[in-house]
Amino acid sequence: MTDTGIDLILEKHSGAGRDALIPILQQVQAEKGYLSRETVARVGKHLNLPASKIYGVATFYNQFRFHPLGKYHITVCRGTACHVKGSGKVLDMAMKQLKLKPGQTSRDRMFSLEVVACMGACGLAPVVNINGEFHAKVTPQKLAMIIDQCREEELTNAEG
Amino acid sequence: MITLEVDGRSIEANAGETILTALKREGIHIPTLCYMEGLPPSGACRICVVEVDGAPNLTPSCSYPVAEGMKIRTSTQKVIEARKTIVRLLLSNHPDDCLYCSRNGKCDLQKLAQDLGIRRRLYHGKKTSRPMDVSSPAIIRDPEKCILCGRCVRMCEEIQGVSAIDFIGRGSRAFIGTAFDEGLNVSSCINCGQCILVCPTGALSERSYLNEVTAALADPDKMVVVQHAPAVSVTLAEEFDIKAGKDVDGQMVAALRRVGFDRVFDTSFSADLTIMEEASELAQRIKTGGVLPMMTSCSPGWIKFVEQFYPSLIPNVSTCKSPQQMMGAMIKSFFAEREGLDPSKIVSVSIMPCTAKKFECTRPEMAPNNIPDVDYVLTTRELGQLLHMFGIDLNAMDEEEADTPFGERSTAGKIFGASGGVMEAAVRTAHYLLTGKELPGLEIQPLRGLKGAKELHIEVDGLKIGAAVVSGMGNARVLLDQVCDGRDDLQFIEIMTCPGGCINGGGQPLGADLDAVRARMKMLYKIDREEDVRVSHKNKWITRLYDEFLGQPLGELSHRLLHTHYSKRDDLLQ
Repeated sequence: MTDTGIDLILEKHSGAGRDALIPILQQVQAEKGYLSRETVARVGKHLNLPASKIYGVATFYNQFRFHPLGKYHITVCRGTACHVKGSGKVLDMAMKQLKLKPGQTSRDRMFSLEVVACMGACGLAPVVNINGEFHAKVTPQKLAMIIDQCREEELTNAEG
Repeated sequence: MITLEVDGRSIEANAGETILTALKREGIHIPTLCYMEGLPPSGACRICVVEVDGAPNLTPSCSYPVAEGMKIRTSTQKVIEARKTIVRLLLSNHPDDCLYCSRNGKCDLQKLAQDLGIRRRLYHGKKTSRPMDVSSPAIIRDPEKCILCGRCVRMCEEIQGVSAIDFIGRGSRAFIGTAFDEGLNVSSCINCGQCILVCPTGALSERSYLNEVTAALADPDKMVVVQHAPAVSVTLAEEFDIKAGKDVDGQMVAALRRVGFDRVFDTSFSADLTIMEEASELAQRIKTGGVLPMMTSCSPGWIKFVEQFYPSLIPNVSTCKSPQQMMGAMIKSFFAEREGLDPSKIVSVSIMPCTAKKFECTRPEMAPNNIPDVDYVLTTRELGQLLHMFGIDLNAMDEEEADTPFGERSTAGKIFGASGGVMEAAVRTAHYLLTGKELPGLEIQPLRGLKGAKELHIEVDGLKIGAAVVSGMGNARVLLDQVCDGRDDLQFIEIMTCPGGCINGGGQPLGADLDAVRARMKMLYKIDREEDVRVSHKNKWITRLYDEFLGQPLGELSHRLLHTHYSKRDDLLQ
């Protein structure tokens, strides 16, 4: 089980102790998009930490994911301003359309859904971010349309 | 010495200790939930709060150190109200199914609610909904009954050095689970069951095989044979509210017959058999330059531990099966033959102080030709329940003796139940095998007691022998690391999974403190002191078994029936 990306990260942290856990997990996630069972086991061997401990620490924070990202990674803001402007219904629509719960990725790895507390774009509430691109003042209907567009784009890509 | 004033009277305390330990010594009972004897306090549950004069808030007694002149009040209205609130909040997220709970009557939370007179639900809220983990053959976890005190996590990590479980998530969504929240069966859990002993509620319990056993007892076509481990007879009485440290061997044998077992055998007999094989194996390894130090293989938690964490030391582990499995193998071979029975008609049950034994008997290498050596394992607690279910009062039983051919034992086999016992029994027999003479005095004091690590260095006929005894996997790690780093003054190491050995096993009666465990241990050594046959090689039936069936220790038949091998476990998430 060798993985050069992870090897490089762990090399940078040679001789590190348990205090290096979170930076290592962040770098691994930046490289791989998520924390897999294999990477958790690798990091555990490197830091001499049991996997249950690493999983416990990682699940404490919202920033870590345990499933690969979808091709379209949809982030719904549930911060205060977005909440007041109706992001709850937007999230419901996303869950219904994608048949996913926050933190999950669809089986075809096309979509993944995530909830965040605030993106710092409260003036545009409710905000949805898809692959880094911000969508402002999103209503449930607007989100359903955006998701449809993504699906259509995929179909044309597949045909073309 | 420091003087405190507690509820108006003056008591003495040692500098540096906590309020709780000082009060406990004075016989003042303070309720606790997250506190664990011998470990640093975590101060999480706050049930142990007391009032300290001058302190702005209530003070957790488990973690606050005593100070000269401190004035403490332990049961003011404020304190009682605070404790009630804590228990009410815990109950607000707890299933109301005490009648159906395995801990009914033995639950710390139930007792607290009862002691504090809580009679109705004050707080209503959303309850945790999580599925039970029934994946393990030994341990069942019910997260809905968990109050997140963290004692199982600390036991698993700080005492046993395994860390199969930890806190997952945070806040109101936090729960206890394995890495990636998978089943215990695929985790690094070694099935020792120490978590069950420290759990204050019904969140952790052994997987019960009582239904299977009672069904077998009711089946007229089956011969149901039972064996009981050395450490069971000195603890079973506790299930009948008798103080720890009473031996009920004879009554237990009578009770097992009354329940309907066709034969009652003593695992101490196969402990003697283990000694014959293991001492011979040690002698052979020393003579032929085999892998040393040799390590005992009686404790199935330790076996899974070494397979996972120290696979390089597997060649050091004795190839002997554990006494339970040796007995099982003998029952389905020698005994079946003697009785003219098809082994498949025999149901072999064992009563163990252990939950890992439930796992051990399911191992594929313990089922030659797909016929398991042992079919079902019950813990001491389950045996207590079985006797209660059948309306049997242990105290009213007249003593009876176990059955031939596997009912006779030496006391060397009996002391297997305490940490150091296997080593002491082995040294007694090894001394005889090497010199032809009995070990003078027979008793080996340095190997006795509840200390986690003990050593003995002796010279037998000019041969230097270094022996070490460890119990608790955290203590084992320290010694194993030394061995891995090249320590070479040891020839033989006894390793027991549970701290103190089987007398403190994960299947033993609940609620035992250190004093209770010590009382259990003393009883084993009292038995050893008072009986005549004190060495395994003088057990008459062992001699007959070799003469009539096995041939000799390490012989061809022994190898096939009594020995096995272990292999590296590539569990991903350790």
